[in-house]
Amino acid sequence: MIKNISNLGDAAVYCDFGSDVNEKINLNVISYFNFLSKLVKEHKINGVNNITPSYNKLIISFDLSKTNYLEIRKIVLDLSVNNEINNNYKKIKIPVCCDEEFGLDFDRLSDKTKLSKEEIFELFLDKEYFCYMTGFIAGMPFLGDIDKDIRCDRLETPRVKVPKGSIGLTEQFANIYTFESPGGWNIIGNTPQKIFDKSNLEEPSLIKPGDKVNFYQISKEDYLNWNE
Amino acid sequence: MSNTYFEILRSGINTTVQDTGRNHMYHVGIAVSGAIDQRNYKLSNKLVNNDLSDAVIEFAYQGPLLKLKNGKIHFSITGDVLFKIIRKNSIIEDGICYKNYILEDEEQIDIISTKNTIYGYLSVNGGFDLEKVWNSYSTNTKANIGSNNGKKYSLQDKIFIKNSDLQIIKEMKINYKHTPDNLIRVIKGTNFDYFSSEAKNIFFKQEFLVTKLADRMGVRLSGHKLENTISTNIKSEGLVRGVIQVPTDGNPIIMLSDHGTIGGYPKIGVVISADLDRVGQFTPGSIIKFKEVSLEEAQNIFKAYTEETNKYLNECN
Repeated sequence: MIKNISNLGDAAVYCDFGSDVNEKINLNVISYFNFLSKLVKEHKINGVNNITPSYNKLIISFDLSKTNYLEIRKIVLDLSVNNEINNNYKKIKIPVCCDEEFGLDFDRLSDKTKLSKEEIFELFLDKEYFCYMTGFIAGMPFLGDIDKDIRCDRLETPRVKVPKGSIGLTEQFANIYTFESPGGWNIIGNTPQKIFDKSNLEEPSLIKPGDKVNFYQISKEDYLNWNE
Repeated sequence: MSNTYFEILRSGINTTVQDTGRNHMYHVGIAVSGAIDQRNYKLSNKLVNNDLSDAVIEFAYQGPLLKLKNGKIHFSITGDVLFKIIRKNSIIEDGICYKNYILEDEEQIDIISTKNTIYGYLSVNGGFDLEKVWNSYSTNTKANIGSNNGKKYSLQDKIFIKNSDLQIIKEMKINYKHTPDNLIRVIKGTNFDYFSSEAKNIFFKQEFLVTKLADRMGVRLSGHKLENTISTNIKSEGLVRGVIQVPTDGNPIIMLSDHGTIGGYPKIGVVISADLDRVGQFTPGSIIKFKEVSLEEAQNIFKAYTEETNKYLNECN
């Protein structure tokens, strides 16, 4: 449930669901997101521009010429949202190649975790991950939680360019760089699969908040011959 | 499809298509985009009788050199812009912002540069012949979405114009006042209390320098380091235009239209809606100051801002 609600500037409502990061809190955020998005689509709320769910926050930005903080705040507080509303979350399998060319940070990870490259990759492939949110860049999924033994801080100096398709780890999370972008996550491989497809107007993101993701290993040959 | 278009003889530094912005896509990771200076964007449309939400060309610093092919149009340029019109008989006419002009076939618009601001706007009567993506014409160069395949214009691209038949519209001009003002009004951010009392004091009392890292994504400032006493990282969460984040180095960054949709740095403040046009227009080297206002004050200032915009728009009626 929402623990606190406040204004973020003069044109956004900031809903705080707590400070922990876990599936339960996040699913609550996603339920609010789905519920509010439906109301906006059906034109039952006026002036809302964007709704952004994250681990444990929901931000609703609006057009100040059409509505205001107190109006949107009241709508949010009056909602009765339960977590059952949208349960059509998908299970998605993502191929990943951890060839030297792609696994840019195995040496660093090995050094920090005292595990071999093979052990790290095995622990990574072993789990099913939950998608907490998408964003920062278009379609980038924030997945978790990775095994405790392979957790590691961000790079001290972020890369100016992380290659598109890179799979990165930091703290309890994994992500996929959907575009070439600056970034500081530890890169362990690369996927040839299209994660963000702008030609798919209805659902451009393959992975959505609430979905479950498994990774499986492919060879470099499979990577190079990948055809969707 | 119309066959009237601008041939690009010089692309300019960052020439894109912009409009009011692309909403309802933050949750996917797609920023709002849209014109940095929404007031000047609207005024340029008004001056050529367009819908206020039509697409315009936004340019930064040095603008494009454009040659009109196969048509005759009305156009207008808004902002603080130095430009010339190269007529067919090679007569060069000094351009004046905030009025409309007729441009004949084969004539050129040379947008030499913006002056004391970064961005300017070019509109044509009837609009450009473009298609909306997710309900917006805006070019998003980060996700390669929108007009011109999400890329800034380059040499040899063509910018098609809808109307091939010139609808005669009346001469219009706006007496726009550029009043330099370095004070930006801010509402305290959700992590304001993460900062030391000295940092809070500095934030609202000292000056900040606009660094050369100022673009459509955001404006990086430098000044006295803003010390954070709780944590320099928060769990990543949504951002909106105007949020002022303070990363570990203690220098604030103001989010603008093309910002990353989520971020993990503490938010010390948020620029009020009425000051967003101005904050994006400060050129590197500018000195700015922040002033705290309440939510209620911000809402009243926004009303005054809207009234002033309407006053300018009404000068065209």
